[in-house]
Amino acid sequence: MIHNKDMIPEQPAPKGTIGPIGWLRGNLFNGPINSLFTLLGLYVLYLLLVPTIQWAFINADWIGDSREDCSRVGACWVFVNARFSQFIYGLYPSEEYWRANIVFAMFAGIIAWMVIPRLPFKRWVTVFALLGFPVVAYVLLHGGYFDLPRVSTHRWGGLMLTLLLASVGMIGALPIGIVLALGRRSNMPIVKTFCVIFIEFWRGVPLITILFMASVMLPLFLPSEINIDRLIRALIGLTLFQSAYMAEVIRGGLQAIPKGQDEAAAALGMTYWKRMGLIIMPQALKMMIPGIVNTFISLFKDTTLVMIIGLFDLLGIVQAALSDSRWLGFSIEGYVFAAFVFWIFCFSMSRYSQYLERKLNTGHKQ
Amino acid sequence: MTQAATNASDLMVEMNNVNKWFGDFHVLRDIYLEVKRGERIVVCGPSGSGKSTLIRCINHLEEHQKGDIVVGGVPLTQDVKRIEQIRRSVGMVFQHFNLFPHLSVLENCCIAPMWVQKKPRKEAEELAMQYLERVRIAEQATKYPGQLSGGQQQRVAIARSLCMHPDVMLFDEPTSALDPEMIKEVLDVMVELAEEGMTMICVTHEMGFAKTVADRVIFMDQGQIIEENAPEPFFNNPQSERTQLFLSQILGH
Repeated sequence: MIHNKDMIPEQPAPKGTIGPIGWLRGNLFNGPINSLFTLLGLYVLYLLLVPTIQWAFINADWIGDSREDCSRVGACWVFVNARFSQFIYGLYPSEEYWRANIVFAMFAGIIAWMVIPRLPFKRWVTVFALLGFPVVAYVLLHGGYFDLPRVSTHRWGGLMLTLLLASVGMIGALPIGIVLALGRRSNMPIVKTFCVIFIEFWRGVPLITILFMASVMLPLFLPSEINIDRLIRALIGLTLFQSAYMAEVIRGGLQAIPKGQDEAAAALGMTYWKRMGLIIMPQALKMMIPGIVNTFISLFKDTTLVMIIGLFDLLGIVQAALSDSRWLGFSIEGYVFAAFVFWIFCFSMSRYSQYLERKLNTGHKQ
Repeated sequence: MTQAATNASDLMVEMNNVNKWFGDFHVLRDIYLEVKRGERIVVCGPSGSGKSTLIRCINHLEEHQKGDIVVGGVPLTQDVKRIEQIRRSVGMVFQHFNLFPHLSVLENCCIAPMWVQKKPRKEAEELAMQYLERVRIAEQATKYPGQLSGGQQQRVAIARSLCMHPDVMLFDEPTSALDPEMIKEVLDVMVELAEEGMTMICVTHEMGFAKTVADRVIFMDQGQIIEENAPEPFFNNPQSERTQLFLSQILGH
């Protein structure tokens, strides 16, 4: 039996099922309860957004140089404006800002180069970012070379310090985390035990404790002629702390790779490190992107804890500015500004990781 | 050169009183096996009989606890360097293909020649294309394993092993995970390989393949080699009761 002798011509979809109206119907107003929730949601949004926008933009004061320029009806961004360079550079001497600016520009350039897919020579940029850039940044920021006046690390602060702590922490934590994760899965009992103890120690102790120990206790144990910079000590503490978390994220990813992958690579005569580097890690790292970025984001926010040992990161310097008697009472503006800056960075990382996941997923579904 | 020495160099795989345990479980019991250069061996037996474990011991994917294994004149020990040396000369094809999903078909075939044998990329790619053509899949070289059918993946896996120019090929149930219509394309490649004189040890339930190409068929049960014979007498006149039972079960329908 033949059902349709002729091809049925294509017909348009019924009205109201496609396009924006169809979307609204399907998603927001499909049924009385959903419609009620939609309206309720819109009302709550209205209640929240209108005063926020009024406070932050419409009634806000932007221009001026003292608290008298603020009407106090809306936000007083004059405060953030006046303190802006401190929020960015900390107590870095203002005549040397150009050095920090060069480092900022290089940092932004490297990130942009890595993120924009079209740009070539990614490998060389990576090598420079890992080997060349830290040296250049140190020479520029710290000075003491090439007639650059020395700026000791206790004057570094603000966003500059936050970015420094975060990037060193991330770049350090990832390889250490990989090694720890591999060690924890190793068959060699001593290596395995060491890694387990290391990871569990750093995971089990609050970061604040570690920073305290790094800044207060470590100098007690070291001979007095060895004087490690406080910033370095904080960096080491932060990196080791995060590497323990990173190790667990990576271990999770490694466990998701089927055993057959390692066996196939082994059967081809590959050594352990080639198996890991060429076969296992590339697959595992791809799966671990959400977990790794999650760790990076929490690390980025954890850097604010260095405040406790007297380093003035972005939040620390905002808080210090709040206690200035000329600017008392502007804590909301200060915290909103700090939150906004942190949010921008964390949100960008999150979006980039989603982009990476999509990009790496195409081509080889399995 | 003495007769004995010539014979010894002709022996590709020697297993001498090999025993293996998984914990308390005695999986391989007193295994004696000699495979000469160019010989084709088919290993069969019920599941859990230790046949996969047997061939996985040859390239040390499993470790045996007792007895000696000599591969291509090299005794298998705990020494990692020696294990890797043996693995370079022993190819293996797995039931679930185990292609590297993050690499293209071509890269799957190139990666070991480039990183293990240190061949330049161009040479490795030419070699890979040559073997991909032999398994009739060269046109898929730029695809990723996930885009191929099971039979195609298994042929790529065979090509990947061949790129290392192995002296022995181990097949661990190469067609068991395949849809019925894809079994033939893989078996055809294996038959061609056998006809070219490759030394092969195949764990398989494809009795047709065993009859066509095997020099010897080995029947295993409960970790032991029960019977070993040329295919013709093995299938027509099995000696042991367990072999008879097994053959009636798999050939009976």
